[in-house]
Amino acid sequence: MSKHTITLTVNGQEQTHEVDARLLLVHFIRENLNLTGTHIGCDSTSCGACTVHLNGRAVKSCTVFAVQANGKSVETIEALAAAGNLHPLQEGFWEKHGLQCGYCTPGMIMSAKDLLEKNPDPTEEEIRWAISGNLCRCTGYNKIVEAIQYAAEKLREKEPVA
Amino acid sequence: MIPGEFDYYSPTTLDEALSLLQEHGDDAKILAGGQSLIPAMRYRLAVPEVLIDINNLTELEYVREDNGHLTIGAMTRESDLEESTLVKEKYHLLADTAEVIADPLVRNMATVGGNLAHSDPANDHPATMLAYNAKIIALGPAGTRVIPIDDFFTGLFENALEENEILTQIRLPRPGPNSGGAYIKVERKVGDYAISAIAVQLTMDGDTCTAARIGLTNLSPTPMRAKNAEQALIGQVITPDVLEAAGQAAAAECNPSADLRGSVDYKRDLTRVLTKRALTKAIERAKGA
Ligand SMILES: Cc1cc2nc3c(=O)[nH]c(=O)nc-3n(C[C@H](O)[C@H](O)[C@H](O)COP(=O)(O)OP(=O)(O)OC[C@H]3O[C@@H](n4cnc5c(N)ncnc54)[C@H](O)[C@@H]3O)c2cc1C
Ligand code: FES
Ligand code: FES
Repeated sequence: MSKHTITLTVNGQEQTHEVDARLLLVHFIRENLNLTGTHIGCDSTSCGACTVHLNGRAVKSCTVFAVQANGKSVETIEALAAAGNLHPLQEGFWEKHGLQCGYCTPGMIMSAKDLLEKNPDPTEEEIRWAISGNLCRCTGYNKIVEAIQYAAEKLREKEPVA
Repeated sequence: MIPGEFDYYSPTTLDEALSLLQEHGDDAKILAGGQSLIPAMRYRLAVPEVLIDINNLTELEYVREDNGHLTIGAMTRESDLEESTLVKEKYHLLADTAEVIADPLVRNMATVGGNLAHSDPANDHPATMLAYNAKIIALGPAGTRVIPIDDFFTGLFENALEENEILTQIRLPRPGPNSGGAYIKVERKVGDYAISAIAVQLTMDGDTCTAARIGLTNLSPTPMRAKNAEQALIGQVITPDVLEAAGQAAAAECNPSADLRGSVDYKRDLTRVLTKRALTKAIERAKGA
Protein backbone atom coordinates (compact mmCIF):
# COMPACT_ATOMS: atom_id res chain seq x y z
CA MET A 1 0.00 0.00 0.00
CA SER A 2 1.34 3.42 -0.78
CA LYS A 3 0.94 6.19 1.79
CA HIS A 4 1.57 9.79 0.92
CA THR A 5 1.92 13.01 2.82
CA ILE A 6 -0.08 15.73 1.14
CA THR A 7 -0.16 19.44 1.82
CA LEU A 8 -3.13 21.29 0.44
CA THR A 9 -5.31 24.30 1.11
CA VAL A 10 -8.85 23.49 2.20
CA ASN A 11 -11.26 26.39 2.35
CA GLY A 12 -8.36 28.80 2.70
CA GLN A 13 -6.41 26.85 5.34
CA GLU A 14 -3.21 25.03 4.58
CA GLN A 15 -3.13 21.51 6.04
CA THR A 16 -0.94 18.41 5.90
CA HIS A 17 -2.34 14.87 6.01
CA GLU A 18 -1.25 11.33 5.39
CA VAL A 19 -3.43 9.47 2.90
CA ASP A 20 -3.53 6.14 1.07
CA ALA A 21 -3.05 6.54 -2.66
CA ARG A 22 -6.45 4.97 -3.32
CA LEU A 23 -8.41 7.31 -1.04
CA LEU A 24 -10.88 9.31 -3.10
CA LEU A 25 -11.02 13.05 -2.56
CA VAL A 26 -14.69 12.89 -1.54
CA HIS A 27 -13.96 10.33 1.19
CA PHE A 28 -11.01 12.41 2.37
CA ILE A 29 -13.23 15.49 2.60
CA ARG A 30 -16.10 13.76 4.37
CA GLU A 31 -14.29 11.27 6.58
CA ASN A 32 -10.83 12.70 7.27
CA LEU A 33 -11.82 16.38 7.35
CA ASN A 34 -15.37 15.79 8.60
CA LEU A 35 -16.75 18.25 6.06
CA THR A 36 -19.97 16.41 5.32
CA GLY A 37 -21.60 19.13 3.23
CA THR A 38 -20.10 17.45 0.17
CA HIS A 39 -22.42 14.55 -0.69
CA ILE A 40 -22.06 11.20 -2.42
CA GLY A 41 -25.02 10.52 -4.67
CA CYS A 42 -24.10 7.89 -7.19
CA ASP A 43 -20.58 6.57 -6.83
CA SER A 44 -20.41 6.40 -10.63
CA THR A 45 -19.34 9.91 -11.72
CA SER A 46 -22.89 10.68 -12.84
CA CYS A 47 -24.69 12.93 -10.36
CA GLY A 48 -22.48 15.87 -9.31
CA ALA A 49 -23.57 15.74 -5.63
CA CYS A 50 -19.86 15.53 -4.76
CA THR A 51 -18.86 18.70 -6.65
CA VAL A 52 -16.05 20.76 -5.10
CA HIS A 53 -13.58 23.23 -6.55
CA LEU A 54 -10.07 21.98 -7.24
CA ASN A 55 -7.81 24.94 -8.01
CA GLY A 56 -10.93 26.98 -8.72
CA ARG A 57 -12.62 24.54 -11.09
CA ALA A 58 -15.74 22.55 -10.29
CA VAL A 59 -14.98 18.82 -10.40
CA LYS A 60 -16.55 15.58 -9.19
CA SER A 61 -14.59 14.77 -6.04
CA CYS A 62 -15.57 11.09 -6.27
CA THR A 63 -13.45 10.88 -9.41
CA VAL A 64 -10.19 12.39 -8.15
CA PHE A 65 -7.77 10.82 -5.67
CA ALA A 66 -7.02 12.83 -2.53
CA VAL A 67 -3.30 12.48 -3.27
CA GLN A 68 -3.88 14.42 -6.50
CA ALA A 69 -4.86 17.46 -4.42
CA ASN A 70 -1.32 17.73 -3.08
CA GLY A 71 -0.14 21.32 -3.58
CA LYS A 72 -3.57 22.42 -4.73
CA SER A 73 -6.50 24.26 -3.24
CA VAL A 74 -9.84 22.64 -2.50
CA GLU A 75 -12.99 24.57 -1.79
CA THR A 76 -16.12 22.91 -0.43
CA ILE A 77 -19.62 24.18 0.32
CA GLU A 78 -18.53 24.91 3.90
CA ALA A 79 -16.40 27.83 2.62
CA LEU A 80 -19.44 29.78 1.48
CA ALA A 81 -20.98 30.84 4.76
CA ALA A 82 -17.71 30.71 6.64
CA ALA A 83 -18.16 34.24 7.95
CA GLY A 84 -21.61 33.36 9.30
CA ASN A 85 -23.53 35.07 6.49
CA LEU A 86 -25.15 33.21 3.65
CA HIS A 87 -23.40 33.53 0.31
CA PRO A 88 -25.67 35.10 -2.36
CA LEU A 89 -26.02 31.65 -3.93
CA GLN A 90 -27.21 30.16 -0.64
CA GLU A 91 -29.52 33.12 -0.19
CA GLY A 92 -30.86 32.54 -3.71
CA PHE A 93 -31.64 28.86 -3.02
CA TRP A 94 -33.40 29.96 0.18
CA GLU A 95 -35.38 32.81 -1.38
CA LYS A 96 -36.33 31.02 -4.60
CA HIS A 97 -36.96 27.57 -3.11
CA GLY A 98 -34.07 26.10 -5.09
CA LEU A 99 -34.20 22.91 -3.07
CA GLN A 100 -36.56 20.31 -1.70
CA CYS A 101 -34.64 17.42 -0.14
CA GLY A 102 -31.39 19.36 -0.49
CA TYR A 103 -29.26 16.40 -1.44
CA CYS A 104 -28.06 17.90 -4.71
CA THR A 105 -27.79 21.44 -3.36
CA PRO A 106 -24.11 21.65 -2.30
CA GLY A 107 -23.04 20.32 -5.69
CA MET A 108 -25.42 22.62 -7.54
CA ILE A 109 -24.08 25.60 -5.64
CA MET A 110 -20.44 24.71 -6.30
CA SER A 111 -21.14 24.30 -10.03
CA ALA A 112 -23.06 27.59 -10.08
CA LYS A 113 -20.20 29.31 -8.26
CA ASP A 114 -17.73 28.15 -10.92
CA LEU A 115 -20.07 29.53 -13.59
CA LEU A 116 -20.59 32.92 -11.93
CA GLU A 117 -16.85 33.36 -11.37
CA LYS A 118 -16.29 32.99 -15.11
CA ASN A 119 -19.50 34.55 -16.34
CA PRO A 120 -21.19 37.00 -13.93
CA ASP A 121 -24.15 37.64 -16.23
CA PRO A 122 -25.17 34.27 -17.69
CA THR A 123 -28.26 33.64 -19.79
CA GLU A 124 -30.79 31.05 -18.65
CA GLU A 125 -29.40 28.70 -21.27
CA GLU A 126 -25.85 29.16 -19.96
CA ILE A 127 -27.02 28.44 -16.42
CA ARG A 128 -28.78 25.25 -17.51
CA TRP A 129 -25.65 24.24 -19.42
CA ALA A 130 -23.41 24.87 -16.41
CA ILE A 131 -25.47 22.68 -14.08
CA SER A 132 -26.00 19.94 -16.65
CA GLY A 133 -23.55 17.69 -14.77
CA ASN A 134 -25.64 17.94 -11.58
CA LEU A 135 -28.74 15.83 -11.17
CA CYS A 136 -31.72 16.85 -9.06
CA ARG A 137 -34.53 14.37 -8.45
CA CYS A 138 -36.88 16.85 -6.74
CA THR A 139 -37.14 20.34 -8.10
CA GLY A 140 -37.44 20.01 -11.86
CA TYR A 141 -34.57 22.52 -12.05
CA ASN A 142 -36.64 25.67 -12.69
CA LYS A 143 -36.30 26.88 -9.13
CA ILE A 144 -32.59 26.13 -9.17
CA VAL A 145 -32.17 28.25 -12.28
CA GLU A 146 -34.09 31.09 -10.59
CA ALA A 147 -31.91 30.77 -7.49
CA ILE A 148 -28.77 31.12 -9.59
CA GLN A 149 -30.24 34.10 -11.46
CA TYR A 150 -31.01 35.70 -8.09
CA ALA A 151 -27.43 35.15 -6.93
CA ALA A 152 -25.95 36.43 -10.18
CA GLU A 153 -27.90 39.65 -9.79
CA LYS A 154 -26.91 40.04 -6.13
CA LEU A 155 -23.26 39.47 -6.95
CA ARG A 156 -23.38 41.97 -9.79
CA GLU A 157 -24.83 44.58 -7.45
CA LYS A 158 -21.91 43.99 -5.11
CA GLU A 159 -19.28 44.06 -7.81
CA PRO A 160 -20.71 45.74 -10.89
CA VAL A 161 -19.55 44.16 -14.15
CA ALA A 162 -17.18 46.46 -16.00
CA MET B 1 -16.70 1.10 -4.90
CA ILE B 2 -13.21 1.78 -3.63
CA PRO B 3 -10.36 1.12 -6.06
CA GLY B 4 -7.81 -1.58 -5.35
CA GLU B 5 -4.43 -0.68 -3.90
CA PHE B 6 -1.73 0.78 -6.08
CA ASP B 7 1.55 2.67 -5.90
CA TYR B 8 1.32 6.28 -6.93
CA TYR B 9 3.90 8.51 -8.60
CA SER B 10 3.52 12.08 -9.75
CA PRO B 11 6.47 12.91 -11.98
CA THR B 12 7.19 16.56 -12.70
CA THR B 13 9.02 16.04 -15.99
CA LEU B 14 8.29 13.98 -19.08
CA ASP B 15 11.66 12.22 -18.71
CA GLU B 16 10.77 11.13 -15.21
CA ALA B 17 7.36 9.92 -16.41
CA LEU B 18 8.99 7.91 -19.21
CA SER B 19 11.50 6.24 -16.93
CA LEU B 20 8.75 5.31 -14.45
CA LEU B 21 6.82 3.79 -17.34
CA GLN B 22 9.94 1.86 -18.42
CA GLU B 23 10.53 0.63 -14.90
CA HIS B 24 7.00 -0.58 -14.19
CA GLY B 25 6.04 -1.85 -17.64
CA ASP B 26 2.55 -3.23 -18.00
CA ASP B 27 1.84 -3.05 -14.25
CA ALA B 28 1.58 0.71 -14.66
CA LYS B 29 -1.05 3.00 -16.08
CA ILE B 30 -0.90 6.68 -16.85
CA LEU B 31 -3.41 8.79 -14.93
CA ALA B 32 -4.55 11.79 -17.00
CA GLY B 33 -7.96 13.34 -16.26
CA GLY B 34 -8.96 10.09 -14.58
CA GLN B 35 -12.54 10.40 -15.82
CA SER B 36 -12.44 7.02 -17.54
CA LEU B 37 -9.69 5.33 -15.52
CA ILE B 38 -10.92 6.12 -11.99
CA PRO B 39 -14.50 4.90 -12.66
CA ALA B 40 -12.98 1.74 -14.20
CA MET B 41 -10.79 1.26 -11.10
CA ARG B 42 -13.78 1.75 -8.81
CA TYR B 43 -15.66 -0.99 -10.64
CA ARG B 44 -12.41 -3.02 -10.53
CA LEU B 45 -12.50 -3.27 -14.30
CA ALA B 46 -8.98 -1.86 -14.18
CA VAL B 47 -6.62 -2.92 -11.39
CA PRO B 48 -3.30 -1.25 -12.14
CA GLU B 49 -0.52 -1.83 -9.60
CA VAL B 50 1.08 1.50 -10.33
CA LEU B 51 -0.39 4.84 -11.36
CA ILE B 52 1.79 7.46 -12.99
CA ASP B 53 -0.10 10.73 -12.57
CA ILE B 54 0.87 13.15 -15.34
CA ASN B 55 -1.31 16.03 -14.10
CA ASN B 56 1.79 17.92 -12.99
CA LEU B 57 3.15 17.96 -16.55
CA THR B 58 1.56 21.32 -17.28
CA GLU B 59 3.90 21.61 -20.29
CA LEU B 60 1.40 19.26 -21.99
CA GLU B 61 -1.50 21.71 -21.57
CA TYR B 62 -1.76 24.00 -24.60
CA VAL B 63 -3.74 24.68 -27.76
CA ARG B 64 -1.87 26.64 -30.42
CA GLU B 65 -1.29 26.97 -34.13
CA ASP B 66 2.09 26.43 -35.70
CA ASN B 67 3.24 25.61 -39.22
CA GLY B 68 -0.23 25.19 -40.61
CA HIS B 69 -1.31 22.89 -37.80
CA LEU B 70 -3.38 23.10 -34.68
CA THR B 71 -1.35 21.41 -31.97
CA ILE B 72 -3.04 20.25 -28.81
CA GLY B 73 -1.06 19.13 -25.79
CA ALA B 74 -2.23 15.75 -24.51
CA MET B 75 -3.14 17.15 -21.06
CA THR B 76 -5.36 19.93 -22.43
CA ARG B 77 -8.68 19.78 -20.57
CA GLU B 78 -11.85 19.54 -22.59
CA SER B 79 -13.09 22.75 -20.96
CA ASP B 80 -10.01 24.62 -22.23
CA LEU B 81 -10.68 23.36 -25.72
CA GLU B 82 -14.31 24.42 -25.37
CA GLU B 83 -13.27 27.94 -24.32
CA SER B 84 -10.47 28.39 -26.90
CA THR B 85 -11.24 31.25 -29.31
CA LEU B 86 -8.82 29.78 -31.82
CA VAL B 87 -10.82 26.54 -31.87
CA LYS B 88 -14.16 28.35 -31.96
CA GLU B 89 -13.09 30.50 -34.90
CA LYS B 90 -11.23 28.07 -37.12
CA TYR B 91 -11.90 24.50 -36.06
CA HIS B 92 -15.67 24.20 -36.04
CA LEU B 93 -15.78 20.43 -35.99
CA LEU B 94 -13.53 20.36 -32.94
CA ALA B 95 -15.52 23.12 -31.21
CA ASP B 96 -18.77 21.23 -31.86
CA THR B 97 -17.22 18.09 -30.38
CA ALA B 98 -15.66 19.62 -27.26
CA GLU B 99 -18.95 20.97 -25.99
CA VAL B 100 -20.87 17.68 -26.21
CA ILE B 101 -18.33 15.52 -24.40
CA ALA B 102 -19.66 14.38 -21.04
CA ASP B 103 -20.77 17.26 -18.77
CA PRO B 104 -19.04 20.47 -17.61
CA LEU B 105 -17.70 18.89 -14.40
CA VAL B 106 -16.14 15.96 -16.25
CA ARG B 107 -14.80 18.34 -18.93
CA ASN B 108 -12.94 20.31 -16.25
CA MET B 109 -10.76 17.23 -15.61
CA ALA B 110 -10.93 15.11 -18.76
CA THR B 111 -8.10 15.50 -21.26
CA VAL B 112 -7.93 15.29 -25.04
CA GLY B 113 -4.98 12.89 -24.87
CA GLY B 114 -6.82 10.63 -22.43
CA ASN B 115 -9.90 10.60 -24.62
CA LEU B 116 -7.86 9.25 -27.55
CA ALA B 117 -5.54 7.00 -25.54
CA HIS B 118 -8.59 5.35 -23.97
CA SER B 119 -9.71 4.47 -27.53
CA ASP B 120 -13.30 3.88 -26.52
CA PRO B 121 -15.42 3.91 -29.69
CA ALA B 122 -18.09 5.66 -27.57
CA ASN B 123 -15.75 8.60 -26.98
CA ASP B 124 -16.29 11.58 -29.26
CA HIS B 125 -12.74 12.65 -30.15
CA PRO B 126 -11.80 9.52 -32.13
CA ALA B 127 -14.37 10.21 -34.88
CA THR B 128 -13.45 13.88 -34.95
CA MET B 129 -9.73 13.20 -35.22
CA LEU B 130 -10.40 10.64 -37.98
CA ALA B 131 -12.34 13.29 -39.89
CA TYR B 132 -9.53 15.85 -39.43
CA ASN B 133 -6.88 13.33 -40.53
CA ALA B 134 -5.00 14.13 -37.33
CA LYS B 135 -1.58 12.89 -36.30
CA ILE B 136 -0.85 11.46 -32.88
CA ILE B 137 2.55 12.24 -31.41
CA ALA B 138 3.93 9.67 -28.99
CA LEU B 139 7.09 9.85 -26.92
CA GLY B 140 8.94 6.70 -25.93
CA PRO B 141 12.44 5.71 -24.83
CA ALA B 142 13.57 5.83 -28.47
CA GLY B 143 12.19 9.32 -29.00
CA THR B 144 9.19 10.80 -30.73
CA ARG B 145 6.96 8.92 -33.15
CA VAL B 146 4.21 10.27 -35.39
CA ILE B 147 1.20 7.98 -35.81
CA PRO B 148 -1.34 8.83 -38.54
CA ILE B 149 -4.82 8.65 -37.04
CA ASP B 150 -5.88 6.05 -39.63
CA ASP B 151 -3.33 3.68 -38.06
CA PHE B 152 -3.99 4.63 -34.43
CA PHE B 153 -7.13 2.71 -33.42
CA THR B 154 -6.55 -1.02 -33.55
CA GLY B 155 -9.48 -2.46 -31.59
CA LEU B 156 -11.90 -1.96 -28.73
CA PHE B 157 -9.92 0.16 -26.19
CA GLU B 158 -6.80 -0.66 -28.20
CA ASN B 159 -4.40 1.53 -30.11
CA ALA B 160 -0.96 1.74 -31.65
CA LEU B 161 0.72 3.20 -28.53
CA GLU B 162 3.42 0.97 -27.05
CA GLU B 163 3.32 0.21 -23.33
CA ASN B 164 6.29 2.50 -22.71
CA GLU B 165 4.99 5.41 -24.77
CA ILE B 166 3.17 8.54 -23.69
CA LEU B 167 0.80 10.34 -26.02
CA THR B 168 2.09 13.91 -25.91
CA GLN B 169 0.39 15.83 -28.69
CA ILE B 170 -2.38 15.78 -31.26
CA ARG B 171 -1.81 17.64 -34.50
CA LEU B 172 -4.56 18.68 -36.93
CA PRO B 173 -3.95 20.16 -40.37
CA ARG B 174 -5.44 23.65 -40.60
CA PRO B 175 -8.50 23.42 -42.87
CA GLY B 176 -7.83 25.06 -46.25
CA PRO B 177 -10.09 27.59 -48.01
CA ASN B 178 -13.69 26.50 -48.69
CA SER B 179 -13.47 23.83 -46.00
CA GLY B 180 -15.99 23.20 -43.30
CA GLY B 181 -16.70 20.71 -40.57
CA ALA B 182 -19.42 19.73 -38.14
CA TYR B 183 -20.15 17.25 -35.37
CA ILE B 184 -23.67 16.12 -34.69
CA LYS B 185 -24.44 13.83 -31.77
CA VAL B 186 -27.66 12.38 -30.44
CA GLU B 187 -27.51 11.29 -26.82
CA ARG B 188 -30.19 10.21 -24.34
CA LYS B 189 -29.32 13.03 -21.94
CA VAL B 190 -26.49 15.48 -21.34
CA GLY B 191 -23.37 13.65 -20.25
CA ASP B 192 -24.21 10.41 -21.95
CA TYR B 193 -22.26 8.74 -24.70
CA ALA B 194 -23.64 8.99 -28.24
CA ILE B 195 -26.41 6.80 -29.59
CA SER B 196 -24.89 7.86 -32.88
CA ALA B 197 -22.67 10.79 -33.78
CA ILE B 198 -21.09 11.94 -37.03
CA ALA B 199 -17.93 13.97 -37.57
CA VAL B 200 -17.50 15.55 -41.00
CA GLN B 201 -14.67 17.61 -42.47
CA LEU B 202 -14.95 18.51 -46.17
CA THR B 203 -13.84 20.90 -48.91
CA MET B 204 -16.07 22.39 -51.60
CA ASP B 205 -15.38 23.89 -55.01
CA GLY B 206 -18.58 25.74 -55.74
CA ASP B 207 -21.26 23.06 -55.40
CA THR B 208 -18.83 20.20 -55.91
CA CYS B 209 -17.34 18.35 -52.98
CA THR B 210 -13.62 17.88 -53.60
CA ALA B 211 -12.58 16.21 -50.34
CA ALA B 212 -14.42 14.66 -47.41
CA ARG B 213 -13.63 12.59 -44.36
CA ILE B 214 -16.32 11.22 -42.08
CA GLY B 215 -15.82 9.64 -38.63
CA LEU B 216 -18.47 7.69 -36.71
CA THR B 217 -18.94 7.53 -32.93
CA ASN B 218 -20.22 4.50 -31.02
CA LEU B 219 -21.22 2.67 -34.17
CA SER B 220 -18.51 -0.02 -34.27
CA PRO B 221 -16.11 -1.82 -31.88
CA THR B 222 -13.18 0.21 -33.26
CA PRO B 223 -13.59 3.91 -34.09
CA MET B 224 -14.16 4.01 -37.86
CA ARG B 225 -14.43 6.18 -40.94
CA ALA B 226 -17.46 6.01 -43.21
CA LYS B 227 -15.37 5.50 -46.33
CA ASN B 228 -18.24 4.53 -48.62
CA ALA B 229 -20.11 7.65 -47.61
CA GLU B 230 -16.99 9.70 -48.36
CA GLN B 231 -16.78 8.12 -51.82
CA ALA B 232 -20.43 8.94 -52.45
CA LEU B 233 -19.56 12.63 -52.03
CA ILE B 234 -16.13 13.23 -53.48
CA GLY B 235 -16.27 14.67 -57.01
CA GLN B 236 -20.04 15.04 -56.87
CA VAL B 237 -22.20 18.12 -57.23
CA ILE B 238 -24.04 18.13 -53.91
CA THR B 239 -27.78 17.54 -54.32
CA PRO B 240 -30.33 16.10 -51.90
CA ASP B 241 -29.93 12.75 -53.69
CA VAL B 242 -26.17 12.75 -53.16
CA LEU B 243 -26.63 13.54 -49.46
CA GLU B 244 -29.16 10.73 -49.16
CA ALA B 245 -26.78 8.33 -50.90
CA ALA B 246 -24.01 9.29 -48.46
CA GLY B 247 -26.36 8.85 -45.49
CA GLN B 248 -27.42 5.43 -46.72
CA ALA B 249 -23.81 4.41 -47.29
CA ALA B 250 -22.85 5.37 -43.73
CA ALA B 251 -25.89 3.54 -42.34
CA ALA B 252 -24.91 0.40 -44.26
CA GLU B 253 -21.20 0.39 -43.45
CA CYS B 254 -21.39 1.11 -39.71
CA ASN B 255 -21.53 -1.81 -37.31
CA PRO B 256 -23.51 -0.86 -34.20
CA SER B 257 -24.68 -3.26 -31.53
CA ALA B 258 -28.07 -3.29 -29.84
CA ASP B 259 -28.02 -1.97 -26.27
CA LEU B 260 -29.96 0.30 -23.90
CA ARG B 261 -29.40 3.14 -26.36
CA GLY B 262 -31.34 1.41 -29.13
CA SER B 263 -31.66 -1.39 -31.64
CA VAL B 264 -29.34 -1.89 -34.58
CA ASP B 265 -32.00 -0.74 -37.06
CA TYR B 266 -32.68 2.41 -35.08
CA LYS B 267 -28.99 3.27 -34.82
CA ARG B 268 -28.46 2.72 -38.54
CA ASP B 269 -31.39 4.92 -39.51
CA LEU B 270 -30.33 7.60 -37.05
CA THR B 271 -26.87 7.46 -38.63
CA ARG B 272 -28.38 8.00 -42.09
CA VAL B 273 -30.25 11.09 -40.88
CA LEU B 274 -27.38 12.52 -38.81
CA THR B 275 -24.91 12.04 -41.66
CA LYS B 276 -27.10 14.19 -43.89
CA ARG B 277 -27.45 16.83 -41.17
CA ALA B 278 -23.74 16.96 -40.41
CA LEU B 279 -22.91 17.18 -44.12
CA THR B 280 -25.42 19.98 -44.64
CA LYS B 281 -23.95 21.95 -41.75
CA ALA B 282 -20.35 21.36 -42.87
CA ILE B 283 -21.20 22.46 -46.44
CA GLU B 284 -22.86 25.64 -45.14
CA ARG B 285 -19.74 26.40 -43.14
CA ALA B 286 -17.46 25.63 -46.09
CA LYS B 287 -19.41 28.05 -48.24
CA GLY B 288 -19.56 30.69 -45.55
CA ALA B 289 -15.84 30.53 -44.86
C1 LIG C 1 -20.17 10.69 -16.69
C2 LIG C 1 -19.18 10.63 -17.82
C3 LIG C 1 -19.63 10.88 -19.10
C4 LIG C 1 -18.75 10.85 -20.17
N1 LIG C 1 -19.22 11.14 -21.40
C5 LIG C 1 -18.37 11.19 -22.44
C6 LIG C 1 -18.81 11.55 -23.74
O1 LIG C 1 -20.00 11.83 -23.95
N2 LIG C 1 -17.91 11.58 -24.75
C7 LIG C 1 -16.59 11.30 -24.56
O2 LIG C 1 -15.81 11.37 -25.50
N3 LIG C 1 -16.14 10.96 -23.34
C8 LIG C 1 -16.98 10.90 -22.29
N4 LIG C 1 -16.52 10.56 -21.06
C9 LIG C 1 -15.13 10.13 -20.94
C10 LIG C 1 -14.23 11.29 -20.63
O3 LIG C 1 -14.16 12.19 -21.71
C11 LIG C 1 -12.87 10.71 -20.27
O4 LIG C 1 -12.29 11.63 -19.49
C12 LIG C 1 -11.93 10.35 -21.38
O5 LIG C 1 -12.42 9.23 -22.07
C13 LIG C 1 -10.54 9.94 -20.84
O6 LIG C 1 -9.79 11.06 -20.59
P1 LIG C 1 -9.05 11.26 -19.20
O7 LIG C 1 -8.12 12.39 -19.39
O8 LIG C 1 -10.02 11.33 -18.12
O9 LIG C 1 -8.16 9.92 -19.15
P2 LIG C 1 -7.92 8.86 -17.99
O10 LIG C 1 -9.19 8.35 -17.47
O11 LIG C 1 -6.94 9.40 -17.04
O12 LIG C 1 -7.17 7.73 -18.87
C14 LIG C 1 -7.87 6.90 -19.78
C15 LIG C 1 -6.89 5.88 -20.38
O13 LIG C 1 -5.95 6.49 -21.24
C16 LIG C 1 -4.61 6.31 -20.78
N5 LIG C 1 -3.92 7.60 -20.99
C17 LIG C 1 -4.40 8.81 -20.64
N6 LIG C 1 -3.59 9.80 -21.06
C18 LIG C 1 -2.56 9.18 -21.69
C19 LIG C 1 -1.39 9.67 -22.35
N7 LIG C 1 -1.13 10.98 -22.45
N8 LIG C 1 -0.55 8.75 -22.91
C20 LIG C 1 -0.81 7.43 -22.82
N9 LIG C 1 -1.90 6.91 -22.21
C21 LIG C 1 -2.76 7.77 -21.64
C22 LIG C 1 -4.75 5.94 -19.32
O14 LIG C 1 -3.67 5.14 -18.88
C23 LIG C 1 -6.06 5.16 -19.30
O15 LIG C 1 -5.85 3.85 -19.72
C24 LIG C 1 -17.37 10.56 -19.95
C25 LIG C 1 -16.92 10.31 -18.66
C26 LIG C 1 -17.81 10.34 -17.60
C27 LIG C 1 -17.30 10.06 -16.22
S1 FES D 1 -21.06 11.00 -6.18
FE1 FES D 1 -19.64 11.95 -7.51
S2 FES D 1 -20.78 12.20 -9.31
FE2 FES D 1 -22.20 11.19 -8.02
S1 FES E 1 -33.49 18.97 -4.04
FE1 FES E 1 -33.64 16.83 -3.85
S2 FES E 1 -32.21 16.15 -5.31
FE2 FES E 1 -32.28 18.23 -5.70
